[in-house]
Amino acid sequence: MGQFLDMRKRTLEITSVASAIIIWEIIARIINKKYILPSFTDVGAAFLKLVSGGELYRDIITSLNFFVIGMGVAIAVGIPLGVMMGWFKTIDKAIDPIIEMIRPIPPLAWIPFAILWFGLTKYAAGFVIFVGAVFPILVNTYTGFRNTPKVLVESGMVLGCIKNRDLIFRIALPAALPAIATGVRVGMGVGWMCVVAAEMFGVSTYGIGWKIWHWNDLHHMDLVLTYMLVLGFIALVIDRLFRYIVQEWWLKWQTGIVV
Amino acid sequence: MLSIKNLNKIYHTEEGDEVVALSDINLYVADKEFVCFIGPSGCGKTTLLRIIAGLEKPDSGTLTVNKEPITGPGPDRGMVFQEYSLFPWRTVLKNITFSLELKKIPKSEREKIAREFLELVGLLEFADSYPHELSGGMKQRVAIARAMVNDPDVLLMDEPFGAVDAQTRNRLQHELLNIWERKKKTVLFITHSVDEAVFLADKVVVFTARPGRVKEVINVDLPRPRERTSFEANAVREHLLASLGAEIQAAID
Repeated sequence: MGQFLDMRKRTLEITSVASAIIIWEIIARIINKKYILPSFTDVGAAFLKLVSGGELYRDIITSLNFFVIGMGVAIAVGIPLGVMMGWFKTIDKAIDPIIEMIRPIPPLAWIPFAILWFGLTKYAAGFVIFVGAVFPILVNTYTGFRNTPKVLVESGMVLGCIKNRDLIFRIALPAALPAIATGVRVGMGVGWMCVVAAEMFGVSTYGIGWKIWHWNDLHHMDLVLTYMLVLGFIALVIDRLFRYIVQEWWLKWQTGIVV
Repeated sequence: MLSIKNLNKIYHTEEGDEVVALSDINLYVADKEFVCFIGPSGCGKTTLLRIIAGLEKPDSGTLTVNKEPITGPGPDRGMVFQEYSLFPWRTVLKNITFSLELKKIPKSEREKIAREFLELVGLLEFADSYPHELSGGMKQRVAIARAMVNDPDVLLMDEPFGAVDAQTRNRLQHELLNIWERKKKTVLFITHSVDEAVFLADKVVVFTARPGRVKEVINVDLPRPRERTSFEANAVREHLLASLGAEIQAAID
């Protein structure tokens, strides 16, 4: 029975996706203008061309490189800062107003300064991604720390865990891990969205985001759409991979779905 | 061994009012004695236990364990909380080894010790389970083992069996007495249940409604193992109920 339902669910999913593709193909053929709406077959052909030429591979690596730089710094800054603000009230009071002023600024607004400070380098792109990713990580880490159950902290204290350092690393941090994982996951989502913008100003002649603009300028909408789909697909893979890693290794002690 | 003299605790509300939680508490607990605290809700018995644990500070009065003044949490006092307090990210075994890790005891040795205590509470086969896989009663047994492994002189228990069903509760009481008899600890045990107090305690401390004072200390001189329904037990129970009833009425008024 369960397997039957599973099969039916799968069938439904496949039918749904297939229908969307067919409708897309039909509409594109009715319009019959590649520069307004390329068809599925156009995109498929473009995709195959990109793969066989090896170009797509290089674009993905370039974009991932920016992404890793931005995410790496966002994690390295966001988690420790969130920990400090979540644990020490004075640090929270001192830093929170500054954060609240900077946080609402959209990451893309930082592009001029990114170029000014880092030039047209991968670090400029990484910076924009960093700005997008750091706040969800910071805020979730902070909230996770704030929500550490009091009874766990007190249990630690009566068991001889008295120093702030021990309480942070042995109790509050593990208790906050699910929240931190959520923060990193949300941060990765925002960071990946920033990749397109970060590549827009030309830090490299490769990269998925750059290629979207590049092929747009040349009115190759089939290639634009191909890169868009690749962008979405990679985000999906990163997200699933992260979820898998977190749930299998990091948070095995948790019941139910955490992230 | 545990001595409390003229202890007062006052809470300050946000409006600036003062609420006297504990007023002039004097109490002496002998070595290896099993003492139950009983009293109406909000009488400050949990506050007193937390002060003894070192988690809160009194406003005045002296408090000593083995003649040493209490200034904060210490290894001489273990505590079992009312809420489930196991670290959910640690297995049962690693929960118990927690305090031994802090003492830098080598891994193989601390796991050996932890297994001994797990056996004591009858949960050896759950060593590698995570807390979410255990029932409420099992969680509290692990919490007891975790507190005991530190080898404290005093075991503080804040209504540890309050959240488990009646049958499990009876079994846990038996087990606790077994452990107490084998390990010979001083136990301070908060309860709302007169039956529980009569079954467990050498001495029952009855608290008044707020502000919490010690109303009376009743010695329960019944032989162990106790019959829950014996004539003598009923006599103590009636005495306690009468004493407590007046306070509960006062708390409601």
